[in-house]
Amino acid sequence: MLRSPLHDLHIELGAKMGPFAGFEMPLWYPDKIVAEHKHTRAEASLFDISHMGQASIVGEDSASELERLIPTDLKALPVQKMHYCCFTGDNGGILDDLVITCLGQDYFVVINAARKEHDLNHLRTHITKSAVLEHTENALIALQGPKAAEVLLRLTPQICDLNFMTMGDFAIKGVPCIVSRSGYTGEDGFEISMPAETAMKLAKELLNEPEVRPAGLGARDSLRLEAGLRLYGQDMSTDTTPVEAGIQWTISKSRRSGGARSGGFPGADIILDQLSSGASRRFVGMLPNGRAPVRHGTEICIKDGTSIGQVTSGLFAPSVQAPIAMGYIDRNYASPGTQVKLLLRGKLLSAEIVRLPFVKHRYQNTVKIQSSSTGGKSNV
Amino acid sequence: MSNTRYSSDHEWARCDDGESATIGITDYAQEQLGDIVFVELPSIGDNFEAGDEVAVIESVKAAAELKTPVSGTVVEINEDLEDAPETVNESPVEDGWFCRLELSDASELDTLMDEDEYQEYTSNLE
Repeated sequence: MLRSPLHDLHIELGAKMGPFAGFEMPLWYPDKIVAEHKHTRAEASLFDISHMGQASIVGEDSASELERLIPTDLKALPVQKMHYCCFTGDNGGILDDLVITCLGQDYFVVINAARKEHDLNHLRTHITKSAVLEHTENALIALQGPKAAEVLLRLTPQICDLNFMTMGDFAIKGVPCIVSRSGYTGEDGFEISMPAETAMKLAKELLNEPEVRPAGLGARDSLRLEAGLRLYGQDMSTDTTPVEAGIQWTISKSRRSGGARSGGFPGADIILDQLSSGASRRFVGMLPNGRAPVRHGTEICIKDGTSIGQVTSGLFAPSVQAPIAMGYIDRNYASPGTQVKLLLRGKLLSAEIVRLPFVKHRYQNTVKIQSSSTGGKSNV
Repeated sequence: MSNTRYSSDHEWARCDDGESATIGITDYAQEQLGDIVFVELPSIGDNFEAGDEVAVIESVKAAAELKTPVSGTVVEINEDLEDAPETVNESPVEDGWFCRLELSDASELDTLMDEDEYQEYTSNLE
């Protein structure tokens, strides 16, 4: 089992550890998931996400090379700007989702822990003109919540210019870091990459700030679910296309039919056809009646029990104070307001199809001091 | 507390009158599950054999079940848990009880661990 550079800190903080994609990671700390979740929505939480893969694609042809694997216009991505993307397969399915940052001619990617080996192999097989470098020497932490910017600004005044989905080099308390304004909670926040040997010092500095408490992967999952953010391996797989998964916005206009560089990525014919005629199933949010959480794998049915889809993620949402679920459903039943049934322990439970996210995103571009962050409107 | 017995699945059964037992999950079990957000209780009159699933327990992270450590008929349920499932985290062996069974075989209690044995059992777990 691999360990994060912050492993000793997690033990010191009393974390309940568990296996995740080959790593032993903190699932929750003594406050437990619900308190960590609510603290993230109210203040700021520190997450260790060092299990995620970090890599660079280096060389002057990197944009063209990557565009053969990703249906996003990377040539149009400004330097330091980030874009949420996916690797597509020949069947149109999603091989992984990732966040890519333009560093000039080079690109930086953050990939899922469980797909690290696959993705690096995929990149190295198909990219021949650029070098693919994995940054195993780096730790990755996320500071998430409405107070995250205020905290980071206190330690790094230069951070005030960092907009949402932008990355830059900063020194935080003397530690050189790559900081991006991004995250996986629906809140304003930052992801900070730094050499592993400096991670402990920086994590402790951040935890010393009065607003910051540690949060584990359990809260990360409940927060992303409320924010309607898909999890690869659960909500998306090689059997779901970006159109079915409702992330067709990651496919740039120039890569669509009629665009300047239309197609040219794996599965383009299938995906572009779905973009114009629609997919037969769609990814939706659901609000089940009552209090019972509805989990991955639950059948979505109509009254007579006929299956019309499956739940891929669900739990009792701490901020919504009710069960929430997401999943794939026959497109004829995908409109918000539609009543469906969920097959739970042999009984049919009523649920309503709703728009995602369940909790409004509150991404920010400017650093506001002494404000409690009123909602932004950006939608990722 | 001497009337409380424990199963290796981290359930407890407490018998004060020799005829019925209250059952629930231990502090160790609630700690492992994390925040409990939903409980589905049995109905009064339901009959169970020892080892049967009598209740559903869901935490934010996972689903689990309460298996009764003793056989019997449900005579009382803790309805407060339906609106306040977190009680199981806060007070697993007192206010967080699940149900009371009229025992079909009180001698089953003797096959379970006593307080000291259970403490030793959990201290040997990871």
